[in-house]
Amino acid sequence: MMASSYNAKEEDGHHSGAVGPGGPGAIKSKKPDNTAFKQQRLPAWQPILTAGTVLPAFFVIGLIFIPIGIGLFVTSNNIKEFEIDYTGVEESSPCHICSQNYAWNNTNPCQCSIPFTLEQPFESNVFMYYGLSNFYQNHRRYVKSRDDSQLNGDKNSLTNPSKECEPYRTNGLPIAPCGAIANSLFNDTLELLYNFPNGTSISIPLSKTGIAWWTDKHVKFRNPGGNNNNLSAAFAGTTKPVNWRKPVYELDPSDPNNNGFINEDFIVWMRTAALPTFRKLYRIIHKNKDMPTLPPGNYTLNITYNYPVLSFDGRKRMILSTISWMGGKNPFLGIAYITVGSVCFFLGVVLLIIHHNYGSRSNNADIPN
Amino acid sequence: MLREEMQEVFIVAGNTHQEVERELRSARKKMHPASSDEPPMRKSSILGKKTEVVEDEAVEGEYGMVINGHSLAYALQEGLQLEFLRAACMCQAVICCRVTPLQKAQVVELVKKHKRAVTLAIGDGANDVSMIKAAHIGVGISGQEGMQAVLSSDYSFAQFRYLQRLLLVHGRWSYLRMCKFLRYFFYKNFTFTFVHFWYGFFCGFSAQTVYDEWFITLYNLVYTALPVLGLALFDQDVDHRWSFQYPQLYTPGQLNLYFSKRAFLRCVLHSGYSSLVLFFIPYASMHDTVRDDGKDIADYQSFALLAQTCLLVAVNMQLGLDTHYWTAVNQFFLWGSMSVYFAVTFTMYSNGMYLIFTSSFPFIGVARNSLNQPNVWLTILLTSILCVLPVLAYRFLYMQLRPTINDKVRHKVRQDKTPPTAAPRRFQPRRISTRRSGYAFSHSRGYGDLVTSGKFLLRPVRSRPPLFSRSQPSGSPVAEDSPQIFRTITEEPSA
Repeated sequence: MMASSYNAKEEDGHHSGAVGPGGPGAIKSKKPDNTAFKQQRLPAWQPILTAGTVLPAFFVIGLIFIPIGIGLFVTSNNIKEFEIDYTGVEESSPCHICSQNYAWNNTNPCQCSIPFTLEQPFESNVFMYYGLSNFYQNHRRYVKSRDDSQLNGDKNSLTNPSKECEPYRTNGLPIAPCGAIANSLFNDTLELLYNFPNGTSISIPLSKTGIAWWTDKHVKFRNPGGNNNNLSAAFAGTTKPVNWRKPVYELDPSDPNNNGFINEDFIVWMRTAALPTFRKLYRIIHKNKDMPTLPPGNYTLNITYNYPVLSFDGRKRMILSTISWMGGKNPFLGIAYITVGSVCFFLGVVLLIIHHNYGSRSNNADIPN
Repeated sequence: MLREEMQEVFIVAGNTHQEVERELRSARKKMHPASSDEPPMRKSSILGKKTEVVEDEAVEGEYGMVINGHSLAYALQEGLQLEFLRAACMCQAVICCRVTPLQKAQVVELVKKHKRAVTLAIGDGANDVSMIKAAHIGVGISGQEGMQAVLSSDYSFAQFRYLQRLLLVHGRWSYLRMCKFLRYFFYKNFTFTFVHFWYGFFCGFSAQTVYDEWFITLYNLVYTALPVLGLALFDQDVDHRWSFQYPQLYTPGQLNLYFSKRAFLRCVLHSGYSSLVLFFIPYASMHDTVRDDGKDIADYQSFALLAQTCLLVAVNMQLGLDTHYWTAVNQFFLWGSMSVYFAVTFTMYSNGMYLIFTSSFPFIGVARNSLNQPNVWLTILLTSILCVLPVLAYRFLYMQLRPTINDKVRHKVRQDKTPPTAAPRRFQPRRISTRRSGYAFSHSRGYGDLVTSGKFLLRPVRSRPPLFSRSQPSGSPVAEDSPQIFRTITEEPSA
């Protein structure tokens, strides 16, 4: 009863399916376009994992990685590196006394000397680093505690530092540079002496410029008021950080290009490290034309011990290192590449055996109904 | 629907509760002689839900059942429901004829409630609306009977035969795409997050992020948004002609293989492994190292850049492994996203942006200073290969040892190269009656008394005199016009 008396075509305005040209002109056809995009027929590359692609891939990766790994490992082994821990934890260390008597505002800084011997000559540029351990420069509150606008020489931020710098923001006057990172600037002084066999010593020239990134020194860090010689006037109205002995415009009075915020030691320190054990470039020993930069022999390291680390069980060390195209001495990448390459090759062999024995299952098997 | 191969077709046409019960029970015993009288239940594992699921029972041979609306009214009552359900589910096909719209919905709901299955109801008339709404998937056919079914359905089309395409091609593709999308989305976000967990051990658990804050903002928004969208829109495992040829490809969807608790767990474990690789390889290669001109490279910002580039490369390579159907759009999205990442990174770390927005872009110079180091690129290569190679080996191994139906068909596709021709439509011999598609439910005139008897209502009604009876010779125009004989339904004393 219901079906026969009800005529759908007249009741409903639309009727799916194409309307011929004789029909009422305003009705649009609802049929979707027969294009490749709308009918999901786009031409496509359809790769599948066959033995012919996967197994050669494993072998090729293995064959490429192993020589790379060997190259990296050999290069890393040829880098010469020498490290001294001068924290002074053991009683026998020359710096033990300095580590015990610490008061941060000592007018008479503690000095200690550690003798060492280099067996092999260090050629080409030698880089001198200081390294810290168990020092969490990557702690979140520490990393945020700086004001980049102030360090870029912005006048407003100089006298009104960012709130992130709390509690190292003001000390009566606003602090420049503010923040915990600046406050904990590394301030040991290291000197190298070469001891001749006959008893005399010469001081090895250490270059203190060219240790920071070019972009840091020339773009990120700027002195307020430009690079004029009268930095103390530019910093008027501010005070030094709480744990510093000298204000920022006295970091290197002899060189106006290395004074104030653009002091390279300061810039290097402000580039916070990612991990709790790190090293930062301290000085560069440029190469000599005729003799090795550091010939083998006896050396002395003179330390002005200002920086306390024992309170948080940290360690300080001095590192002398040469450099190669892959950076400093790090055998990890070489070993990792060799390992991954050989595992890959081995896996390729295993898969080849498995494919040989069982591989016909996917290709020839009938598809069950 | 009823085929010649069927061993028997049971007719259930009892007039009383006991008759129907006897017919159903004898049908069940014939199909499965060893079946117990108690239905095999499985308690639903979801806590708090009280529904009990009837397990499927194995049956040898093919059977069919035909039941009419009167008997169905008894069969859907409380005591007989499960008996009917068990007997019906053992059959290959069940035809319920002369049922009311409400009964259609009740049958669907019975199956929904007691079976772990997804139900689909298809119909074309207004009387199918309740059934279409009751089922999980309602399909309406637009055409002779009007648009009511279409308006209340989830999917609609014009001819019944399009149902095959809906299920085997589009439904299957849709399931595949959703599962791949979900698995990949969880993978990329878990990997991204677990790296921070490992970093916590090295930053004093101070919640310092490994990545640049801008990267964290743009990761899900820009860098990995379009490739995964391309995967979810365009991916196909086999094209539509092969889907028709091999309907067995539909079974993974029915068995819920591609995204289940186990698949999710596998995804989490995979993310855990990837995150370990993506943190510890850069950690070890940057530990205490410097650049090739002696300056710093192990600083926080360079490490962040290295870690985020490794992550993005590894995650995109994983997407490449997951994509089985590389259209031009997919290629564009993938390579475009990678280039956008480098473009945005270099822009954000440039001098200009720093001088304009000093505190927002503190990473100035990092991209230039660290991406020109060979050992940074070697680290990126190592991490991405190490993330992807186990997946490749695992999939290849599975394909060799335990190929799924999907693998087999795809291999066949590659071997055959030429697509199969569309299977010729088997034309059924035309019956004399009006052309109707093969419905599971059919109706005709004359169930008025069934409706008014109230047999199928949940609440019992007061008895009322039958509307149509043989003793009314000329009162009812309906009785005179129709050649059918109307049965009188009286209230029975409750058993």
